[in-house]
Amino acid sequence: MATRSDLEHLEGLDQYKYGFRDPDVSVFKTRKGLDEEVVRQISAMKDEPEWMLEFRLKALKHYQERPMPQWGGDLSKLNLDDIYYYVRPAEQEGRSWDDVPETIKETFDRLGIPEAEQKFLSGVGAQYESEMVYHSVQKHLEEQGVIFKSIENGLQDHVDMFREYFGTVIPITDNKFAALNSAVWSGGSFVYVPPGVKVELPLQAYFRLNVANIGQFERTLIIVDEGAQVHYVEGCTAPTYTTDSFHSGVIEIVVKKNARCRYTTIQNWSTNVYNLVTQRSMVSEGGTMEWVDANLGSKVTMKYPSCYLLGPRAHGEILSMAFAADHQQQDTGGKVIHVAPNTTSKITSKSISKNGGRASYRGLLKVHDGAKNSKSNVVCDALLLDEHSQSDTYPYIEIDENMVTIGHEASVSKVGEDQLFYLMSRGLSEEEAITMVVSGFIEPLVKELPMEYAVEMNRLIQIQMEGSIG
Amino acid sequence: MSDALTIRDLHVSIEGKGILKGVNLTIDQGEIHALMGPNGTGKSTLAYALMGHPNYEVTNGEAEFRGKNILELEPDERARLGMFLAFQYPVAIPGVTVANFLRMAINAKRKQDDPDDKGISIPEFRKILKQKMDLLEMAHDFAGRYLNEGFSGGEKKRAEILQMATLEPRIAILDETDSGLDIDALKIVSSGVNALSGSDLGVLIITHYQRILNYIKPDFVHVMLDGRVVESGSSELALHLEEHGYDWVREKYAEEPLKA
Repeated sequence: MATRSDLEHLEGLDQYKYGFRDPDVSVFKTRKGLDEEVVRQISAMKDEPEWMLEFRLKALKHYQERPMPQWGGDLSKLNLDDIYYYVRPAEQEGRSWDDVPETIKETFDRLGIPEAEQKFLSGVGAQYESEMVYHSVQKHLEEQGVIFKSIENGLQDHVDMFREYFGTVIPITDNKFAALNSAVWSGGSFVYVPPGVKVELPLQAYFRLNVANIGQFERTLIIVDEGAQVHYVEGCTAPTYTTDSFHSGVIEIVVKKNARCRYTTIQNWSTNVYNLVTQRSMVSEGGTMEWVDANLGSKVTMKYPSCYLLGPRAHGEILSMAFAADHQQQDTGGKVIHVAPNTTSKITSKSISKNGGRASYRGLLKVHDGAKNSKSNVVCDALLLDEHSQSDTYPYIEIDENMVTIGHEASVSKVGEDQLFYLMSRGLSEEEAITMVVSGFIEPLVKELPMEYAVEMNRLIQIQMEGSIG
Repeated sequence: MSDALTIRDLHVSIEGKGILKGVNLTIDQGEIHALMGPNGTGKSTLAYALMGHPNYEVTNGEAEFRGKNILELEPDERARLGMFLAFQYPVAIPGVTVANFLRMAINAKRKQDDPDDKGISIPEFRKILKQKMDLLEMAHDFAGRYLNEGFSGGEKKRAEILQMATLEPRIAILDETDSGLDIDALKIVSSGVNALSGSDLGVLIITHYQRILNYIKPDFVHVMLDGRVVESGSSELALHLEEHGYDWVREKYAEEPLKA
């Protein structure tokens, strides 16, 4: 039975320099399946205040009562009883390097990922050398008054702020999986940026090195105070191998007056994973929220980053890309809700389907009565690379205000014969030519990624196009 | 091994309809040939067929370059062998910059010569690209634009010649490169071609009009009619056509029975 709190253990990890976990620490995980007892154990493990336990229990109840969604990706084979809902992070059973699929290893090599990092990404190593960098970044942030901690530490150290915002952007009742996450959340980030502070370096969850951040039910809360600015990056292009077959995250972001936040996700889960995520931001007067969302992996992803434009002149933007190959289902898009007048929004969705993959755009544009002079533009482009693949568009548009400007464009294309011939006439092979057209297709999104991600992304597309990825 | 492009009795159809009916033409290294003729006689068809466009079906005849039967090669293989086609209507490739595209094309060729090649270094590439852009009097930021997207007609043609300059082919086919160009653009494009010409390059200029031939002096001029090259001569022939049009050609060859 565990003796140390999850929290202490996380701090202990920060002291590790090289390699391997302390064999004396006992293993803890709840039994399979989910009920009240499991939730109580989780809360106890984390040494949480009473109100958080109550929150979790309330969420559990709602989760149990709420039916499975009948739309979106195919969840029929997802067995929710066959899952461990909590495993203490450092004790996640060390996987042997031999167990990691060859295709994953090959991709790492092709992407030029150093070996130690490869092991980390595969959940094999317990440690990752970016720790040094992490600490110096932390120091710099602290000097500015920026808080960037694990969500657990956020709760413990900043309980008042935490309680004020937690669960307010995405309530328990929002959807079945938000309820689930609210009951069993573990791992994730807590970020607070004080008024007027502009954080220049993107905050990267990846750098936080914790296996906890690849947690199944991660929960992130970001608060950007008035006039502040921050860019948060999550995930990485390298395929993240995990035997966890189900990931259900919740990301809540509060953008205050004239503040600005960008949240970038690059998701490349191995293709055994169901990835169901609820992401939402509340944007106040003059604030800006930008979601940059690249979905490459997983078996099924359902994800619709959202912006609620609550104050005048708030701006929301969603730039989404989905690549569905070999029977993957990417059901992605975004939602924008215009509540206040003079608000603006833009949704750009680029989806690519190949080899029987299915990429769908699902989006909601809602304009409330009173949101005068709002402007919104939605562009969804689909690229089908062969006859086996599929792309669907489900745009929901609900406009309750007359004085608005709304645009919606959708296109479906394949790689043009003329384009192919033109590129090949310059010496590019057919495969190189198609890859080039695909890269050009997603360029509007890749352009917005931090440099090293953009480079990796292009390389990854090349590899995906060769069809060698597992 | 000759670097001449040799075309013998070439017959080409599109969707079953015969367009080229026995073209004979040889373009040697260091030579500039002009191919003229009225619309619809098959000039562009020849260009596309030589480059290997899948819609163009070769029904008879041969085409050889550097000892290879190019009709058996894919378009990219022909390109890497040293053939280049400056398109009349270059297609746009959204999201792909001119620079990126050229670098990929250079690397494709390098990899053919050496499978282990790691690709041209960025500084080296930048240097070459700047050089070529200066040659064609193009602003350097042009390289950052998406290939052919939103380009004016003149820009497209200059971009084609920029590609030719960067890829340094041995045979260049210019398909109506002069169409849509004003005098200034025409002069620049022509001087670009002239700068690239020399003993290593064979050029085939396809055009209706004499005008470009004022700037790029051809060694040989051919006239195409009804899918065949019917007249060949020196640059004088072009001047003659300019003055007298194509009617005399039509009359002359309408008298002769069509050869099998």
